[in-house]
Amino acid sequence: MAMAVEARSLTKRFGEFTAVDGIDLTVERGESFAMLGPNGAGKSSTMRMISTVSPATSGQLSVLGLDPATDGQAIRSRMGVVAQDDNLDDALTVRENIMIYGRYFGLSWAAARSKADELLQFAQLEDRSGAQVNSLSGGMKRRLAIARALVNDPDLVLLDEPTTGLDPQARHLLWERLYQLKERGVTLVLTTHYMDEAEQLSDRLVVMDQARIVAEGSPSSLIAEHVSKEVLEIRYPAEANVDLADLGLRTEELADRTLIYTDRGEDTLAVLVNSGRTPSSSLVRRASLEDVFLALTGRRLVE
Amino acid sequence: MMASWLLVERNLLSYRRTPAVLLSAMFEPFIFLFGLGVGLGKLIEDVEWHGDAISYPAFVAPGLIAVAAMNGALFEMSFNFYFKLRESKTYDAVLATPLSLRNVVDGELSWAMLRGGLYSIVFLVALALFGLLASWWSVLIPFAALLVGLGFASLASWATTFVRGWQDFDLFFLATQPLFVLSTTFFALEVYPEWARPIVQATPLYHGVDLIRDLARGTLAWSSVGNVAYLCAMVAVGRALATRRSAQLLTT
Repeated sequence: MAMAVEARSLTKRFGEFTAVDGIDLTVERGESFAMLGPNGAGKSSTMRMISTVSPATSGQLSVLGLDPATDGQAIRSRMGVVAQDDNLDDALTVRENIMIYGRYFGLSWAAARSKADELLQFAQLEDRSGAQVNSLSGGMKRRLAIARALVNDPDLVLLDEPTTGLDPQARHLLWERLYQLKERGVTLVLTTHYMDEAEQLSDRLVVMDQARIVAEGSPSSLIAEHVSKEVLEIRYPAEANVDLADLGLRTEELADRTLIYTDRGEDTLAVLVNSGRTPSSSLVRRASLEDVFLALTGRRLVE
Repeated sequence: MMASWLLVERNLLSYRRTPAVLLSAMFEPFIFLFGLGVGLGKLIEDVEWHGDAISYPAFVAPGLIAVAAMNGALFEMSFNFYFKLRESKTYDAVLATPLSLRNVVDGELSWAMLRGGLYSIVFLVALALFGLLASWWSVLIPFAALLVGLGFASLASWATTFVRGWQDFDLFFLATQPLFVLSTTFFALEVYPEWARPIVQATPLYHGVDLIRDLARGTLAWSSVGNVAYLCAMVAVGRALATRRSAQLLTT
């Protein structure tokens, strides 16, 4: 069976500006794939090309084995898209939003109605079925947008920053629903600038920065490859001028703290304390994708 | 074609809860005809139309049908189209389904046409009730009104793609208000000096008014064919331009 998504030297330019600069990527069927990167990295432009609404400037792209330039309609009939800004229909109720979407996908009114009821249950919105979209919370809107994108039982679901702007509780509920989809064998492609989201949801990811892919792999392999197991975060008073060069470890100076990449955080901390360099505060944690991004680009994901 | 109809379904669904918007427009013809018949019409003598002397309300009323079709379509393809295009991103959501951009434009034009047509049918019924129709050709007036509505919807949707904010609509209606007053709705073309007549005849509402008045009076002529041709050209050009501009905005 053809790959869910296959891109070779995929490029998108808007005039002089290059939004996506010759990226290669492959997403297998049933896989959950993330594009991690800061705002402006080219994630959304890539998503728009995959969703067939934005023609590629150059390079090859195939989605579900078809060419977006010529088979857009066939691709879209097997795909669900959750846009960054939800773009729900404000003039309709929660249930009608799903129903009319079902109609757009060719369902009869009867089928659209029963599909809507099924999906409202999936999105835990049954009790808001007759509500206007404007009265929903951010988390509910996002769940409705996901429910609506599932109306055609898609093989591939695209989610552009699915949890941006949501509170932690709403995020976890959403992750749980997305995990359910993945369990059912639906291919997920999502963008995010949250490393914990990429870690939670993706089997494999690419890290994007400035229109290019800078790393690719599973969350754990990326961490193993680019950073240490653990990270020791320390703070010194502003006037202190502490030299850490003798540790022989990679360090990263941030505005408010210093990161030390080490395989044994507690031991490294002990070395500092024993040599009279006790920090005013310290924290040992597991290395994350955020550290990978920092190591690769020298910048943080979420400023 | 069926795919475009789905946009009409969507609009029916949304208007189902706010019928007042549609109903309010239906009172308009009765108010106008009452004002014309009982008030203004008494002050104005009969006017001449194709050699016949007819009452002023009988002269003005068919023109108002064309105006109703224009207004219904304009309202839909200005504010509503703009909102769905730029603010609520409704069309972005539609384009993530098998529907195409052409379906979106055709669907919205059809809806605007139907809305304009609905207004004019109410007007037509009112005219019949006030005894202001003089010919059986009047049964074709709804089709003429649909054509007028579609013509204005097509051009308006193209114009709306250039609107950058709500305040730009002042300009939009600055352009359509003179049409309402000057397109021979309230007085015949012969009132204008010789040099001004071609200018009036070049404007779109003139053709709608002229066509519907000829149908109401049974005074069809070769000029009526010209009216229809003008309106059809307006549809074709407006629709092509609107589709191209929408593609530039939505699928880049």
